Amino acid sequence: MKVLIPLLDEAVAPRFDLATDVLLACLGDEGAVVERKLLIMPQASAERLCQLVIAEAVDTVVCGGIEAEHYDYLTWKRVRVIDNVIGAVDQVLAGLSNNSLEPGTILTEKAEGGC
Amino acid sequence: MPRSPSDKEKTAPVKRAPASVLKRIDPAALLDAAAFGLVAVDLDERVLALNERLATLIGVQAQDALGLPCVQVLRNRSGVQRCGAGETLESEENVSRTDDLITRDRRRIPVRISVSPLADESGLRIGYLKTVEDLSGPEATDHLLGSSYGFGAVIGRSLCMQRLFSMLPVVAQSDASVLITGETGTGKDLLAEAIHQASDRAKGPFVKINCGALPATLLESELFGHKKGAFTGAVEDRPGRFRMAHRGTLYLTEIGDLPLALQVKLLTFLDDKVVYPLGGTVGHAADVRVVAATHRDLGEMVRRGRFREDLFYRLNVLRLQVPSLREREGDIPLLLDYFLKRHSAELGRPIQGFAPRTLKILLGYDYPGNVRELKNIAEHCAHLCQEKRVQPVHLPAYLTEKPVVRQRPAPAAAEAAVTKGPGPGENGTAPEAWSHIEARLIREALVKARGHRGRAAQIVGCARSTLWRKIKHYGIEV
Repeated sequence: MKVLIPLLDEAVAPRFDLATDVLLACLGDEGAVVERKLLIMPQASAERLCQLVIAEAVDTVVCGGIEAEHYDYLTWKRVRVIDNVIGAVDQVLAGLSNNSLEPGTILTEKAEGGC
Repeated sequence: MPRSPSDKEKTAPVKRAPASVLKRIDPAALLDAAAFGLVAVDLDERVLALNERLATLIGVQAQDALGLPCVQVLRNRSGVQRCGAGETLESEENVSRTDDLITRDRRRIPVRISVSPLADESGLRIGYLKTVEDLSGPEATDHLLGSSYGFGAVIGRSLCMQRLFSMLPVVAQSDASVLITGETGTGKDLLAEAIHQASDRAKGPFVKINCGALPATLLESELFGHKKGAFTGAVEDRPGRFRMAHRGTLYLTEIGDLPLALQVKLLTFLDDKVVYPLGGTVGHAADVRVVAATHRDLGEMVRRGRFREDLFYRLNVLRLQVPSLREREGDIPLLLDYFLKRHSAELGRPIQGFAPRTLKILLGYDYPGNVRELKNIAEHCAHLCQEKRVQPVHLPAYLTEKPVVRQRPAPAAAEAAVTKGPGPGENGTAPEAWSHIEARLIREALVKARGHRGRAAQIVGCARSTLWRKIKHYGIEV
């Protein structure tokens, strides 16, 4: 399985359209990460990312917020999009490996607080 | 004669609320009472509190957001860019800027965000308060439309639509319940939102719930909320959609599917404007305008005893009947042109319009799925067309390959289409039809490229590897 994850530092980027760092990872049949590649885009663009997804024959995109038009386009192209995910990239890859990642998953540890 | 401040102090002493009163105010209730979205964050920019207004706007449960990094919850452009540049929130202090954010239901909405510092009693800075104002008013939708024929996001220049548009400002300014009726795909949802945006409640939330999408027990909890422990799995208090729509509009779509037991509860709310959550005895006042919609004939349902007559009359204060596309003479070319332009601009394709032969087919079609179906056809064409004008080959196969059904579907058939999910007419692309047309396009591209796969992939608009996979999948001989 080939996965694309837009990044903000070490976490899933809050927005697909504003991400300039992208992780491309290949997961083997056992779920282990067999290849990992970090790409730096010249500028943030949802269209460019969509092109990259298609050009790299990515199966799954894991992201935070994504606009409906880009989501619809990718799903129309038969790419699985798991959106509204919050978490560190390693947690996301682990979630993909054990098949527990779904839209809206929050993997980030919450700080104490709240009123 | 104006008095000096010293005179004023002598004659009208300022009444201050005792500190004990302020201490009794629940901070969460204070935030919820605000007319704007509010989020309080600590110095690490993690969410301390989030009011219901903002939770509704971005589509999260306030409880779920607590403790998370604010940028991951709010997802506003300036926040993401600032974090990417490694700047702190201090740089945004006392600044009000227009921005945009992406909601959980994948909408990008314009907002205005202001940041103010928060200090404790000793004056020590402990965090920040962000005010988020939704700017997606009617002006924004008008700008997006680029068309003068419409109201909000609903467009049309036919006589029946102009008649409908002329009623809408009056309907919007009233606070009475509205019942929108019309076939599936006619734009009832857009009309409901346009009414909200043109009303005095536009700054308040617009909350939508589909009465046919959830089982009765779940729907009751969704609408009216529940108290912790009300049923198995109720681990915390939930406010429910009525309270989330406080000072705004609650849009109940598919009201005809509302179970009879809940119809009574809805009627009680419309009379008293008080919400009683499941498992609770204390009512909560909610200032909500109700807009309901259905594709069913509610009058007939009342006669059959499937819909309460009193609720029907209570909802039917203002009735708007959205005409089907067949009745909207002259609107089909306008809508086709509008949706094709929109989708081709989104895809960055320089499509100029429909070829005359294509237009003839499209104008001769009956559109049982109404505007939704027309929109999907235009989107399908925008995706497939690589030329300046859309040719018949770019149309969904069901429009060209079999005799076009010109008969209006029976109400039962229309209902089945809704309950059983979209068919070819709804989404424009039945799986069989799509695979058929895709295989044909690949064959044509290969012929044009004289068997060169790279060039064929460029013509089709996909990667070489994808083309190879598809050639294999369809068993195309090269």
